[in-house]
Amino acid sequence: MLEMKLVSKRFGLIDPYSIDDFIANKGYQALKKALKADKLDLLDEIENSKLRGRGGAGFPVAIKIMALAKEISQPKYVICNADEGEPGNFKDRYILEKDPHSIIEGMLIAAYMTNAKTGYIYIRGEYSLQIDIMKNAIKQAREKNYLGEAILGTDFSFDLEVRSGAGSYVCGEEFALLESLEGKAGRTRVKPPFPTSRGLFNKPTLINNVETFATLPVIIDIGGKEYAKIGTASSTGTKLISISGNVLKKGVYEVPFGISMRKIINELGGGVENGRKIRMVQLGGECGPIIPEYMLDMVIDFERFEEFESKTGAGALIVIDDRFDFFEILKRISEFFTHESCGKCIPCREGNYHLLKIIDRFVNYCATEKDMNLLENTAMVLHHTSLCGLGQSAPTAIISALHYFRGTFQKRIEASLSQEDRIYAKN
Amino acid sequence: MILAEVLKRFPKKKEYLIEILLEYQKQKETHHFEEHELKEIANYLNIPESRVCSVVGFYTFFSTEPRGKYIFQICRDLPCQLNDNFDLLSSIQMILGIKVGETTQDGLFTLEYTSCLGHCDKSPAIRVNDKIHGSLSLNKLKAIVAECKEKENA
Repeated sequence: MLEMKLVSKRFGLIDPYSIDDFIANKGYQALKKALKADKLDLLDEIENSKLRGRGGAGFPVAIKIMALAKEISQPKYVICNADEGEPGNFKDRYILEKDPHSIIEGMLIAAYMTNAKTGYIYIRGEYSLQIDIMKNAIKQAREKNYLGEAILGTDFSFDLEVRSGAGSYVCGEEFALLESLEGKAGRTRVKPPFPTSRGLFNKPTLINNVETFATLPVIIDIGGKEYAKIGTASSTGTKLISISGNVLKKGVYEVPFGISMRKIINELGGGVENGRKIRMVQLGGECGPIIPEYMLDMVIDFERFEEFESKTGAGALIVIDDRFDFFEILKRISEFFTHESCGKCIPCREGNYHLLKIIDRFVNYCATEKDMNLLENTAMVLHHTSLCGLGQSAPTAIISALHYFRGTFQKRIEASLSQEDRIYAKN
Repeated sequence: MILAEVLKRFPKKKEYLIEILLEYQKQKETHHFEEHELKEIANYLNIPESRVCSVVGFYTFFSTEPRGKYIFQICRDLPCQLNDNFDLLSSIQMILGIKVGETTQDGLFTLEYTSCLGHCDKSPAIRVNDKIHGSLSLNKLKAIVAECKEKENA
């Protein structure tokens, strides 16, 4: 069995609008266990699990929780980042619409460990149905005293609110998200200070991805050490993978870390259409690297992905078969980032625009050797000098493409030259 | 719906600005804001009008131009593009008779681009107001438009 359902164990088995269904399927058991335990022991469990953030950056979760727990001042906030805007990613949507209470349970456990009283779930505005499901889940949890004052007869109180995004990719970046929660345009802040010391309304804040919170009950349930046995040494546990593009069975699949991408694409994703060949795969979404087919034996693992110097841990695989023009694909990616850049820092605002212009010359067969160097330089400046993750990862696809598909660029330049000759000859 | 009624439902705290804007725009048939409305919201929250405008200008959901009753948003990101086998964009432009960024003369339909809708497992996908339609084919697309028109005639 390739799949291993821990976070997704209830998917499709329960009615997302029914808290009773959730409770009947071992729901809120981990919370009850946690409320009886010592907070430091719980922190140990999370630390032993070696859980890393599931939103893409892969930051150790225990360090963040510990940092918030140490802050004495109140209020403190626990925020769930459900602004899943990265093209090719839809695994958070699956959790939101198939098992909403697992997110609430995870947030409650995090809030209990850190003494936070207030929480927000920031869901992207495009997910109207999921916002509705989540609001209903919160209402039901309140009615049954899983949220609110003196939860389940203890002295622990915590309440939660859903907030909607309004169509902005950059708001998935943690500081942009906080700005948006404060009712402002989603433009990031300079860090440090990090959110755990100065986050929402300048108060200590824990921000984690949907999947990260949904994993916490699993860890409390089976124990941190047991959880760490799953996966690989550097990446423990399971990961929800979103497979899209030219595969037969697009969808979300939960697998333990350490499985090769080829296996996931062929055995879970059903492979590509008969007679087609995989040309390349983009990892993590449009902010991730593009790799050629022969690299698919690489396993899903944070350390392996970090070699690309990019935040690809969100677990998306966009499979691209041999029908598509390489440069059209790069152009689409570039257009996306040009549109979504918030405009606060210059490298990202201007750089993406210039990358798009250069790529466009490749698309239109009028690129030269100079364009290739310019593309490489601009991409590296963007990667090294942008303020937030958006600008830093925007050129990843281009940088990786220049690395693995250099021949394709060369060929296009040669084709461009001969086309120029033809035009010249005509005149 | 009158703006005052929407405002009443929210606390006078500036962090509710986006929620207020979303709610009011949804209620309005033209899905857009007029200048005096933005002023009223700014007054209610006791913030400068420029702050309201910066938010309206930043987020793609908000518009200061009148739009159609049904807003068709076309996803043009990679996963949808890879699964588009009937030229979704040209098809919808032909069916509605407008180009991206335009509104039909009867004020019924607006066509817009959107970034990824997060429904890549059902690509190609579009969003019509609050609803996402996935795994589109030409026939399905025609049916969606027909359904909107039927609702109007009913």
